Amino acid sequence: MAPGDSSPVQSEALAATLRVRYTRRLADYLQQEHILGYLLLLPAFLWLAALVAYPFGMALSYCLTDIVVGRQQAAKFIGLDNFISLLKNEIFIQTVKNSFTFTLSAVTLKAVFGLLLALLLNKDLTFKRLIRGCVLLPWVMPVALSALGWKWMYDSLYSVITWTLNRFVTLVGMPPLEINWLGQANLAMASVIVVNTWIGLPFFAITLLAGLQAIPGELYEAAEMDGATPWRKFFHVTLPMLRPVLAVVILFSTIFTFADFNTVYVLTQGGPMNYTHLFATLANMLAFQTLDLGRGAAVSLFMFPLLMVLVFFVLRLARREL
Amino acid sequence: MAKVRKGSSLRRFIVDHFGLIPFLVFALFPAYFMILTAFKHNSELYDLEAIPFWLREGVTLDHFRFLFFKTQFLRWLLNSVMVAVVATGASFVISVMAAYSLARLRFRGVNFLGIAIFVIYLVPPTLLFLPLGRVVYNLGLADNVVSLMITYPTFLIPFSTWLLMGYFRTVPREIEECAMVDGCGRMGALIRVVLPVTLPGLICAVLFAFTLSWNEFIYALTFISQTTQKTATVGVAAELVRGDVFHWGEIMAGASTGSLPIVLIYVFFLDYYVAGLAAGSVKG
Repeated sequence: MAPGDSSPVQSEALAATLRVRYTRRLADYLQQEHILGYLLLLPAFLWLAALVAYPFGMALSYCLTDIVVGRQQAAKFIGLDNFISLLKNEIFIQTVKNSFTFTLSAVTLKAVFGLLLALLLNKDLTFKRLIRGCVLLPWVMPVALSALGWKWMYDSLYSVITWTLNRFVTLVGMPPLEINWLGQANLAMASVIVVNTWIGLPFFAITLLAGLQAIPGELYEAAEMDGATPWRKFFHVTLPMLRPVLAVVILFSTIFTFADFNTVYVLTQGGPMNYTHLFATLANMLAFQTLDLGRGAAVSLFMFPLLMVLVFFVLRLARREL
Repeated sequence: MAKVRKGSSLRRFIVDHFGLIPFLVFALFPAYFMILTAFKHNSELYDLEAIPFWLREGVTLDHFRFLFFKTQFLRWLLNSVMVAVVATGASFVISVMAAYSLARLRFRGVNFLGIAIFVIYLVPPTLLFLPLGRVVYNLGLADNVVSLMITYPTFLIPFSTWLLMGYFRTVPREIEECAMVDGCGRMGALIRVVLPVTLPGLICAVLFAFTLSWNEFIYALTFISQTTQKTATVGVAAELVRGDVFHWGEIMAGASTGSLPIVLIYVFFLDYYVAGLAAGSVKG
């Protein structure tokens, strides 16, 4: 129908009907699952593409160039030189060693003591809620701020830990100790590991506690009927039943311990003599102190293959849930 | 867990609780010592003879006075609140949409996209902070809290989406279909039926997102160098430690006040934190 054929009132009514019809059709169209599905994902997709995928591409291109902060234009392609020079670099090799020591020790401590704590929590406790609340506190506090508290407790002169130790040492009649917790290579690493364990322990304990509570009580009753000792019950019922949860928690924790930055940055900044540097703190130092963006990015990307292996295993374990 | 009673209930009480004492001391002492230091006179703080575990000379508010009136601390707190609120809000809306789509709708690639979200969730922020810093700089947002508002969702969206997918999957499809038969569209069903049913999950997602934003450190440290634009964590950790001189009283006052908001929220919503952690889907 040509617009000229009808009166203005009629054509207005017609337009309104059409508008309603088209709106409805558009609504129906958008409600189809495959359209709506993509539409709802679009904001998340755009955000992550712009600020995760794109920077990842940048990281890949940076680490193949000699880019320096302040004169990006002059950067030229140097292939794998960044990686090769890193592998010849003593500080980097030290960082690799540190990262493995740090991750293996901290995750082991968290797993062993986390399991022990979970077993202790899995009882009819009075003040159950209060106790759980206290146990979880280190995990909730901002890491950078609680690490500052630890830095004060590790102070070379006024350390409360040294003070307490010395009460016992002098009691035995020996001269008081002077311990520089964060100033000696191995001791500094141990101190940093303790802080990381302090932060991560609640995650293990609470997750494993949930795992323990999911074990059916009948299994224990059956084991008791067979005359199993508490140890046998632990090794033949608890541990096997807990294995899937334990595996996921350990992998998760390994990823985020390996990629840690906060504890080391606040406590030691990688010192003394680079003995506590991790990948992230070294990358930060190269990029912001020596302005060497290419090598900094390369250090970060060295984490990538190992993280991918860990992610692969997490995915395999979590497959059932996916 | 059903257990056979052994001995008196007092003995059991002691046995069950005794083993927890070292763990509780380990967990709580640093926080206690932090607060104690914040209220301690300098003369006592730096006295090697003084017993460090309590206040001999009484309480002082000097450290807090310095913190609030001589530094930008209040500004840092305000920045932290703004960043956490905006980043959490934006991530929440985007994640609800994405999680509903991934958990409920059937379309090509839905499984792959679900796994992709999970993989991005497992990417630690330390992997990409350098190039992301350049992106922020190129956008003209360096030295601006806005840079944190747009970058925090990069880890909040994957995390919240993953958490919410789990909660959305627990809602029976029939409820939703009933609402749709009664004339709701899909979005109507999501807003009027699915969201109210999964309220605990939504609260959990908001709480964790807010906590992660408040506690974030590496982006806030590397993207911002101007004092007035810093967040509480970075302000306290980087601005109060100047040169080689550590003013421990002030630093501990800042560290405890900077932790306080998150600890208060935590105390109030404890059960949600425990539930969320137990779901096994949170970074640790």
